Amino acid sequence: MSDLPISRRRLLQTASAAGVLGASSLGLINPARAAGLTIGLIYVGPRDDYGWNQAHAVAAKALKLVPGVKVVEEENVPETVAVTKTMESMIELDGAGLIFATSFGYYSPYMVDAAKKYPKVQFRHAAPLWSSKDPTNAGSYFGYLDQAHYIDGVAAGLSTKSNKLGFVAAKPISSVLSNINSFLLGARKVNPKATVQVIFTGDWSLPVREAEATNALIDAGADVITCHVDSPKVVIQTAESRGAKTCGHNASQAPLAPKGFITGAEYKWETIYKNYADTLAKGGTLPNMMAGGYDLDFVQNTPYGAGATPEAIKAADAAKAEIKAKKAYYVGELKDNKGNVVIPAGTSYAPYAPWIDSINFLVEGVQGSTT
Amino acid sequence: MAVTELGWTGVPLAMFAGAIRVSTPFLFVSLGECLTEKSGRVNLGLEGTLVFGAMSAYAIAYLTGSPWLGVLVAGIAGSCFGAIHGFISKLPKVNDVALGIALMMFGTGSAFFLGKSFIQPQAPHLPSIDFGFWTSIPQLKVALQINPLFFVGLAIAIAMSWMFRTTRIGLIVRMTGDSSATALAMGYSVDRVRLLATTVGGFLAGVGGSFLSLYYPGAWNEGLSSGQGLMAVALVIFARWSPMMCFWAALLFGAAGAIGPALQSIGISQGYHFFNAAPYILTLVIMIVSISPKRSLRGAPGELSITR
Repeated sequence: MSDLPISRRRLLQTASAAGVLGASSLGLINPARAAGLTIGLIYVGPRDDYGWNQAHAVAAKALKLVPGVKVVEEENVPETVAVTKTMESMIELDGAGLIFATSFGYYSPYMVDAAKKYPKVQFRHAAPLWSSKDPTNAGSYFGYLDQAHYIDGVAAGLSTKSNKLGFVAAKPISSVLSNINSFLLGARKVNPKATVQVIFTGDWSLPVREAEATNALIDAGADVITCHVDSPKVVIQTAESRGAKTCGHNASQAPLAPKGFITGAEYKWETIYKNYADTLAKGGTLPNMMAGGYDLDFVQNTPYGAGATPEAIKAADAAKAEIKAKKAYYVGELKDNKGNVVIPAGTSYAPYAPWIDSINFLVEGVQGSTT
Repeated sequence: MAVTELGWTGVPLAMFAGAIRVSTPFLFVSLGECLTEKSGRVNLGLEGTLVFGAMSAYAIAYLTGSPWLGVLVAGIAGSCFGAIHGFISKLPKVNDVALGIALMMFGTGSAFFLGKSFIQPQAPHLPSIDFGFWTSIPQLKVALQINPLFFVGLAIAIAMSWMFRTTRIGLIVRMTGDSSATALAMGYSVDRVRLLATTVGGFLAGVGGSFLSLYYPGAWNEGLSSGQGLMAVALVIFARWSPMMCFWAALLFGAAGAIGPALQSIGISQGYHFFNAAPYILTLVIMIVSISPKRSLRGAPGELSITR
């Protein structure tokens, strides 16, 4: 070794420097990120699950059409330290300037820590978790899907014959409960005889139990089925094969139920994503908290399917206009299904009232229990 | 749809319907494991085989349009997994339980990897036979739409118990499972018998997986099995290594799984977590009742690494 003209250390130094130069000239390392905006999207599951992840993936697709924006995506990233690695690789290797972490469990500590480590990168998370104690380059965005479930309820209330609606739900947490309540209130608005029966499966993805729950609801007389689970595919397919009508959740399930699909509650993340991209392109700062419903075009309903009756379509369109005008549908006097008054007479809660986020009961007319 | 309110009578009906709908994968996996364990090996990898079978059946049914071809391919894929287990287990100092766990992860992992692009498409479903033509009650009509694979499973259970009891092949399998020394003395290759038994067991588990993705619930996604393959392996011990008992045990587990949703549908919704846990509670209770420190499990093959 000693007869080499240069020492080993020298050789390594030269080689690595050449490597860095080579890599940067090839564009592998991109220190100048001003040219365009690279956005990283992280999904907890597969992008085409007919559910939560698909709703984000649809928005990502729309985002790719925005000039100057490059989108990098990674699917099936668990809510563990794996997401830290994904974020780091998106920032270091792809030069991402904005990260969308779309799953609930990504937020703390992973996204918060990453935001502290990379103060120049913007991080946004799809659940209302950001508080003023968290880094200012982090933030939250969220859509009030309960408003779209309310529209579902209006359409379902006039499309049912048995006046019995079925709801397959994962867990009795407030966002699920407010969707169930909104669905019932929508149905009751147009059909005072309507009831909603809810079956909790206990977890976000249990296909066999979701199918059993759907069958049990239809056996008990429900003729419209909707759900709040991660991937509604099994519920919608099972209901369609039993001849029941369906309302969707999260993304469009219309292709799964050509005969019985009424409409569905969908997120419209592209509104938020495009807004962010636009703000950054103009050199503005992103808001830390961004939440909205129908009036801001953050949620929408799937185009009506064959299951929706003409009256249902008319009533649902009218209800959409009311929701866009922020008309309250949580109106007193309202009781929960145990008989307690939850909204006294004379009080009402308009969309975005913080009260709606704290719902921990099922309203009168819903058969089911939160425990 | 003319729907009659069934009220409380709906619960036994739902349990009956659930037993038939949900039991088939349990039945196939437990029959496969029963055969494997009778020959003296434990294959814990059947959960992975089940998931891989579900994925491959769905993919093939979607690509070719023939669900039955999907079932066949799932079986073949399953037998490959079984053969891998059988082959590696015969190498010296290989622990079949540890190998099974490795294969379980390999099976589920590769199914997730290869199945990525098949989550969204809709594959054709397996047909069902309508036994409910005589009734006008819609709930009963639906409960009596039974998939042919259920009857295939029942036929295999009957054939397998007949095989163990009266045929030469059955005797050879039982002998390798009870005492490999005897089997060797009789001139049979213990490894080859076990390799074949594990391969056939894998085939059955793969077919069980195809039922999940092609009939009920009838879609491929990554949460499809949620541990059913593992429960079916436990079910073999509970069924005391008897194929017919596997059949009844599978029915019981299917029925227990239907209790939770059925009770909620008639308005008994308090404590649904408890009812949803019914199958697991049932397993525990039966295990506790039937266990005794004074004797080994009745019917357990003597060569099994877990009972030896």
